[in-house]
Amino acid sequence: MALLQIAEPGMSTEPHRHRLAAGIDLGTTNSLVATVRNGIAVCLADEEGRAMLPSVVHYKADGTVEVGRGAMAAQAVDPRNTIVSVKRFMGRGLKDVTHVESSPYDFVDAPGMVRLRTVQGIKSPVEVSAEILKVLRARAEAALGGELTGVVITVPAYFDDAQRQATKDAATLAGLNVLRLLNEPTAAAVAYGLDNASEGIYAVYDLGGGTFDLSILKLSRGVFEVLSTNGDAALGGDDFDHRLFCWILDQSHIEPPSSEDARRLQMKAREVKELLTGSDEAPIRVSLASGEEVNLAVSRRQFEDMTAHLVKKTLAPMRKALRDAGLAPEDVKGVVMVGGATRMPQIQRSVAEFFGQEPLTNLDPDKVVALGAAIQANVLAGNRKDEDDWLLLDVIPLSLGLETMGGLTEKIIPRNSTLPIARAQEFTTFKDGQTAMAFHVVQGERELVSDCRSLARFELRGIPPMVAGAARIRVTFQVDADGLLSVSAREMSSGVEASVLVKPSYGLTDDEIAGMLREGVDHAGDDMLARALREQQVEADRLMEATEYALAQDGDLLDESERTAIDQAFAALREACDGTDHRRIKQCIDALARATDEFAARRMDRSVRSALTGHKLDEIEL
Amino acid sequence: MAVTLSESAAKHVANFIARRGKGYGIRLGVRTSGCSGMAYKLEFVDATEDEDVVFESHGVKVIVDPKSLPYIDGTELDFVREGLNEGFKFNNPNVKDSCGCGESFNV
Repeated sequence: MALLQIAEPGMSTEPHRHRLAAGIDLGTTNSLVATVRNGIAVCLADEEGRAMLPSVVHYKADGTVEVGRGAMAAQAVDPRNTIVSVKRFMGRGLKDVTHVESSPYDFVDAPGMVRLRTVQGIKSPVEVSAEILKVLRARAEAALGGELTGVVITVPAYFDDAQRQATKDAATLAGLNVLRLLNEPTAAAVAYGLDNASEGIYAVYDLGGGTFDLSILKLSRGVFEVLSTNGDAALGGDDFDHRLFCWILDQSHIEPPSSEDARRLQMKAREVKELLTGSDEAPIRVSLASGEEVNLAVSRRQFEDMTAHLVKKTLAPMRKALRDAGLAPEDVKGVVMVGGATRMPQIQRSVAEFFGQEPLTNLDPDKVVALGAAIQANVLAGNRKDEDDWLLLDVIPLSLGLETMGGLTEKIIPRNSTLPIARAQEFTTFKDGQTAMAFHVVQGERELVSDCRSLARFELRGIPPMVAGAARIRVTFQVDADGLLSVSAREMSSGVEASVLVKPSYGLTDDEIAGMLREGVDHAGDDMLARALREQQVEADRLMEATEYALAQDGDLLDESERTAIDQAFAALREACDGTDHRRIKQCIDALARATDEFAARRMDRSVRSALTGHKLDEIEL
Repeated sequence: MAVTLSESAAKHVANFIARRGKGYGIRLGVRTSGCSGMAYKLEFVDATEDEDVVFESHGVKVIVDPKSLPYIDGTELDFVREGLNEGFKFNNPNVKDSCGCGESFNV
């Protein structure tokens, strides 16, 4: 028997037609599912009342799969078949995976994405993530009493196309209809209702179990733009536990502890850390396997002192993110806290100090991303009347463009364009009679293709032969609401067409993606020079090619000294082209152009004369 | 007769309205649809209509439109938990038979 939920005024759905929607926070360490019930976003808990599902998948030898806490317990006994933090491998090639040596997994290098060899065969990160999603789906459907219409899944703001596509594939595999992928910081801001707030700059401080992300968002006309992201892929709440663990070892003079004892002490450290959020002192009592007793006490003050350097490590990314966005701390209108580690008073204090205001902490920091996703899912499923106020849009994190002559990037869709978006631009042929064109789709902020990320290559063939510059090739970039890209090219006169759906071959590391954004700013000066150089080189190539052609055709129009002058200018230009001084190339181009001025005039005369020869004056229309 | 809320339902409704930030009360009603003829309607109320009948139960305003009232008069709305699922249930004395899912009914 279905139980009823309270609807917004006038929004009661037809029986059997409830549009059940959920938001999913598919996290590195923990995953959650949330929904909007009776007008309020809530996280859905399992039978034992726990909302957080550890993102751990255990492939058992008997062919079954266990996800969550049970799988976590298997980590110690069956590490090879127990996949932890699979999110780090989504959309990544083997060479992007850090610490392959120290990882317990049996990696298989495969085109596109790394695979993991388990007792149940070779698994891709997409399949592993799908197992987590299946559990969340089952939980949501049990709690809502029906099949889900659609879900919104959150992804880090810096996730590239490969990682987003992999996330979407995992959802499809789990039988979920993805309404939208949403950036995690954007989801957190939505949970706090900031999308209904006044326009301005917001910071999202996300300190999870193992990663730290800081995002600067700009809200204008209901649209969140990610102005900049920064962070530390190796800093999280676990480091605070570890620091306390080391302190316990140091204080109790146990060394080296057995792995069993180490695990016990680590769990105790985490427990004590959580206890110190609410109290000023916590006892540490652990009985070890050896029969030894650890009996200590730690004050919050001591804990804060021993972890001060960790708190400090979050400051540099905050400063950098603001600098990338060209903002000062006082420009930030509100700070959203995400991640369980932000419960620590010393974190909240340092954030408040940095931004000069108290951060928003009234929602559960572990759940805030899932709650925001649920609110968005509810809107997208059509369960709200005042949808117009809720038309939340996302933006693309990095610019998308094409490689043009000389290895330069032509940006078609600039970063921070709101999604969905389609942009078209016309290109033309470079050489006479050119019948094919190669397209190279790149992502990034830099001017040179070699500094950007290559997403895809495709060719347009069957262009009718025309003189250089006459063909009109329209290239359309389309990014759907999930940030996935398709590119098509069409020759306008003949209608020949080619297209590609971008499923990039492999991904980048977190640092690289964040780094690409930074570099775009840091290298603005270099890029300008590099662009100028390439432009001059392309121009020089064009001129030299034209000159060579002219000399071969009409070389007889020149006397020896004229010919020598042109040859000298030509050689000087060729030499300059091998250098890196764009001004020098420009000078040589001008010199060659001047040296061939007279020659060009004579060629013109000759062609006019040959065109007129044999015609009477009145036959020529002027 | 009247339309009432159980204590648990009233507590939840009051709580939902408080968290929603606005709302005068809750509307119970019926519509003609569904596999057994009638379907329940359960909505927040921001503004009442002139002809609405307003009850009060455990401090919560219960609004019913006059056309729905004959079908649900005497109903007590309850809040129940069934496994992971939780929500409201109409205990309606007028119902002769209902479809298996309980979302629609016949009088």
